[in-house]
Amino acid sequence: MKLLYILTPLAPLFGAIACGFFGRKLGRTNSHRVAIAGVAVAFLFSLIALIVQMGDDAKVFNETIYTWMVSGGIKFEVGFLVDRLTVVMMTVVTSVSLMVHIYTIGYMHDDPGYQRFFSYISLFTFAMLMLVMANNFMQLFFGWEAVGLVSYLLIGFWYKKPTAIFANLKAFLVNRVGDFGFLLGIAAVLVYMGSLNYTEVFAAAPAVVGQSMEVIPGVAWSVMTVTCICLFIGAMGKSAQIPLHVWLPDSMEGPTPISALIHAATMVTAGIFMVARMSPLFELSETALSFVLIIGSLTALLMGLIGIVQNDIKRVVAYSTLSQLGYMTVALGASAYGAAIFHLMTHAFFKALLFLAAGSVIIALHHEQDIRKMGGLKKYMPVTYWTSLIGTLALIGFPGFSGFFSKDAIIEAVHHSQITGASFAYVCVLLGVFITAYYSFRMFFLVFHGETRMDDHTRDHCHEPPRVVTVPLILLAIPSVILGAMTIGPMLFGGFFGDAIQVAPEHDVLAELGAGYHGAFQFVLHGFKTPALYLALAGAVAAWFIHLQKPGIATWFAEKFSVVHRILDNKYGFDAFNEKVFAGGARQVADRLWKVGDVKLIDGLMVNGTANGIGLISNIVRTLQTGYLFHYAFAMIVGLLALLSVFIFSA
Amino acid sequence: MIPLSHYLTLGAVLFGLSVAGIFLNRKNIIIILMSIELMLLAVNMNFVAFSYFTGDTAGQVFVFFILTVAAAEAAIGLAILVVLFRNRGTINVSDLDDLKG
Amino acid sequence: MLCAICAILLCDLYSKDGRRLTYILSQVALVGTLFFTWGVTPDGSATAFGGSFVMDTMSSVLKSWILIVSIGVLLYSRDYVLEREITTGEYYTLALSGVLGMMIMVSSSTMLTLYLGLELLSLSLYAMAALNRKDVRCAEAAMKYFVLGALASGLLLYGISMIYGATGSLVFSEIAAAMAADSSSSAAVFGLAFVVAGIAFKFGAAPFHMWVPDVYDGAPTSVTLYISAAPKMAAFALAIRFLVDGLGTAHDSWQGMLVILALLSIVLGNLIAIAQVSIKRMLAYSTISHVGFILLGVLSGQAEGYSASMFYAITYALTSMAAFGVILVMDRNGVDIHLLTDLRGLFRRNPVYAFVMLIVMVSMAGVPPTVGFYAKFVVLDAVVSVGLIWLAVVAVVFSVVGAFYYLRVIKYMFFDDPIEAQPVLAPIDVSAGLAVNGAALLMLGLFPGWIMAACIAAFS
Repeated sequence: MKLLYILTPLAPLFGAIACGFFGRKLGRTNSHRVAIAGVAVAFLFSLIALIVQMGDDAKVFNETIYTWMVSGGIKFEVGFLVDRLTVVMMTVVTSVSLMVHIYTIGYMHDDPGYQRFFSYISLFTFAMLMLVMANNFMQLFFGWEAVGLVSYLLIGFWYKKPTAIFANLKAFLVNRVGDFGFLLGIAAVLVYMGSLNYTEVFAAAPAVVGQSMEVIPGVAWSVMTVTCICLFIGAMGKSAQIPLHVWLPDSMEGPTPISALIHAATMVTAGIFMVARMSPLFELSETALSFVLIIGSLTALLMGLIGIVQNDIKRVVAYSTLSQLGYMTVALGASAYGAAIFHLMTHAFFKALLFLAAGSVIIALHHEQDIRKMGGLKKYMPVTYWTSLIGTLALIGFPGFSGFFSKDAIIEAVHHSQITGASFAYVCVLLGVFITAYYSFRMFFLVFHGETRMDDHTRDHCHEPPRVVTVPLILLAIPSVILGAMTIGPMLFGGFFGDAIQVAPEHDVLAELGAGYHGAFQFVLHGFKTPALYLALAGAVAAWFIHLQKPGIATWFAEKFSVVHRILDNKYGFDAFNEKVFAGGARQVADRLWKVGDVKLIDGLMVNGTANGIGLISNIVRTLQTGYLFHYAFAMIVGLLALLSVFIFSA
Repeated sequence: MIPLSHYLTLGAVLFGLSVAGIFLNRKNIIIILMSIELMLLAVNMNFVAFSYFTGDTAGQVFVFFILTVAAAEAAIGLAILVVLFRNRGTINVSDLDDLKG
Repeated sequence: MLCAICAILLCDLYSKDGRRLTYILSQVALVGTLFFTWGVTPDGSATAFGGSFVMDTMSSVLKSWILIVSIGVLLYSRDYVLEREITTGEYYTLALSGVLGMMIMVSSSTMLTLYLGLELLSLSLYAMAALNRKDVRCAEAAMKYFVLGALASGLLLYGISMIYGATGSLVFSEIAAAMAADSSSSAAVFGLAFVVAGIAFKFGAAPFHMWVPDVYDGAPTSVTLYISAAPKMAAFALAIRFLVDGLGTAHDSWQGMLVILALLSIVLGNLIAIAQVSIKRMLAYSTISHVGFILLGVLSGQAEGYSASMFYAITYALTSMAAFGVILVMDRNGVDIHLLTDLRGLFRRNPVYAFVMLIVMVSMAGVPPTVGFYAKFVVLDAVVSVGLIWLAVVAVVFSVVGAFYYLRVIKYMFFDDPIEAQPVLAPIDVSAGLAVNGAALLMLGLFPGWIMAACIAAFS
């Protein structure tokens, strides 16, 4: 088994190296063959791992593979922790990645950076697997940064496009903020729990509960709360929670396959995964949980609202991703870690499906992304139409589809939660359901129904993309429908995660829900009694009415409530705020510092001064080497005398 | 009976002379080679003296090895000297300053 | 024993002076000896020749690496030697006898054998440095090397004689026993100073470093390659045998001496390297600073420090080998490359070599994840653990200063336009050797465990 676990991340790494270094020699076809083979092997091994771990007497694999260095009693090592939480993530990552690999053959067909692209996404798969399989913070952080790196590379993949470069920079900067918090969190873990290994940290954690620290003198903070919030700030960056969400919509500048893989299905869920993995820590601090809950519910609601006014097909899906990530975070805050991972899993499939379907539309329309210029595509692209419909239904939580189970579980969990902020979160997530349904169907109707609004030339060339594109769509549609019903029982209420996720008894909302759970079908029936379903239906109907029946209403609304519209259109001014206050303020401060501090003091005196000084000294010292033999011999004798002086002084 | 210290002093003086010969001499490389020989002889003197006073023969064995090595060293030194002279036409120490800095 | 094999093959070489054949025979000799070394590695330690020759873990690890490095060195220098019409037979013969000398050094257990091994190595090196008989600079370098080397071995011998007089023995274990009985013996400590001077010369530590830049610069590049790689490991063995096996109890005295040497080496080496325009001289000064780091580990006086230094010496030999290997390959086009600026645009002329050189430079600068970082880290860890934090700080500061000239090389290679567009080509085995060498530097940085384990085993 150990070998299998080691090989799982290495297979895509091999593919990445092969494509990256030898891509030109391999040629296009061989490159994608190698990359896909690597990921397929990883997928196969993940499935085996899944089956093994699902067994009743499965043992958790927790072993250090390699110790890199030991310094001051702290070990830096590479190790794998494979339990049920890990195998779920591994399977999700590798299966979506495999679909995206196949899809890429069609999507990137004419791109000059074909091999480079395959190399990056294989590298990403490797890094993500290292992240989820880590058994220590060190490796977690390595994976964390590595997926981030690949993400920047891919956002800026079309490096000649200025918007892509801007988005790239933005993602980088915003993530630095998150990473800073994350690093502080890890440092706190190291300082107070004395180890980087998960098992040791979790064992040491309860002893830390009562302790407090003073960052600002006189103000005592609970160590546990600070640690958890710092770690969560890392998750906020990676999983794009308010206010660190601004990079995700811009990341849509990257090619669509990576929007599906990295910015919807896997990397952005790394934060969710991390918090779930750290559940033994978060359970010890109610303050941190409330913080998580409130951030999550704000994200879920506010980001959904922005989705309504977006016109770029990918951005609508991106805002929906943000909102769904908010749902997952809410579940974490309510201690329903199982539900968060469950939603993560179902979301990975249906959101990847939606993205790939959007990509399919984009290819068909020659890279047109504005939904106002689409419409009526149903008759041109039937496969895309039906798969998108499935994805949309799953997204809004239509009974029976996978999204229904996971989303309803979260809503119910929040409903039962007693933690501070839970009732606020409950309202937010309920409203969120309506909004999700509204913007999802708005996009769906605008793209596939109604009159065709593109120009004639495009319409004539509009047809279903090749099979490498449609097959992944169909393969992703299947789990989007059935996965929820199949897995809800064991995953949420069956104690599936065992010791991987720890929940304090007083927080255990899933157990409460589990008491009333009598099979998936009953759950669906129960769904009809809850407001969530009717809100979703109302949203869908509203979208139908406004955008298909009376298209004037939207415009009328936009004019009548122009303030609201403008706020939404400006995304609550986060970007402008950042631009003015952080970027602008920082720029001014930086400008001053640059002119006075940097140019004169640091550059003039210190950097150039030092460099010149060292250069000068260097040139002077250099003349010691005169070239004369007797000087050399003399130097040796002087050296000998110096050594003898040590002898004299020590004697 | 001459005490050990006298031998050691002689050795040290010879050694000091040879070292001085190496770095004070700025003319002839052959003098440097001679100084090196002298230095090895000074060491031999030490070894023999120690060996005699401690009654241990290992030191005398060492002396034979040093003598052999010294011969080889002289041979190589002279060979390099010949190469140098052929290329430069001089064996003046002060002229050897192409490589510096 | 294995030296016998070496010796027999050496005799063979004298008779058959076919050039190709000589090369192949030399390589066969080295590989054969390598397998023999692995074959006869005893579990504990074994002695031969009346107790004057010892085989322990340290000696077999170092011997293996000396042989591996020498194989690489001969591979890289093969075509260079042929092209320059350097007397080929002699080159290989001298190289092999140098290897023999190093192997005797690492497994000697008396001062006599150690001295003989050292002289065998040194004499070979003097002769090799003078091999290019038509070159003025070459002869000058050889002369300087010879005179200073003879002076250094004179100092070493004088030190040996004092220690012999103080302890009455030439065998390291007996010296250690005698020192333990009378640790304040001033004659021994007096001799120690001379011995340390001799060791420092072999390492090329400041202020005994003056020969290093001149010899690196003046000698044929293939010889520079040879001098810069394996003898560092032999010098390490020399230091360990004398200072640890023999005079371990006088640790307090030699620690102070080594602090001076290490400090001066790191400071001077890095400082002067900045002002260099010749690539070989720059690498020479960089060697001096790396030697300072090797000494840092030794002076800590603890098993962890020794193993850290050993790791440093081994990996530095590999790094230096790759660096001069690339320079050798570039030399081939008829003209020797001399200036740093000759590296301009190497990336366009041959990306593989440019990447190897990149890894070398990054590793020498001590940037993770290359092996240079790991090696520096373990050495500094050892120094800090004995409380010499200020020394570690100085070392770090000057290695940051040093990073500048390494980065400059990278800039030349990758960002500047080549002066001549013609690609750099080399036979496939040389290219493969260099590529493996470069990759090894990277992989050892990620997975230093197995060499490190061997180094730790050598001192436990």
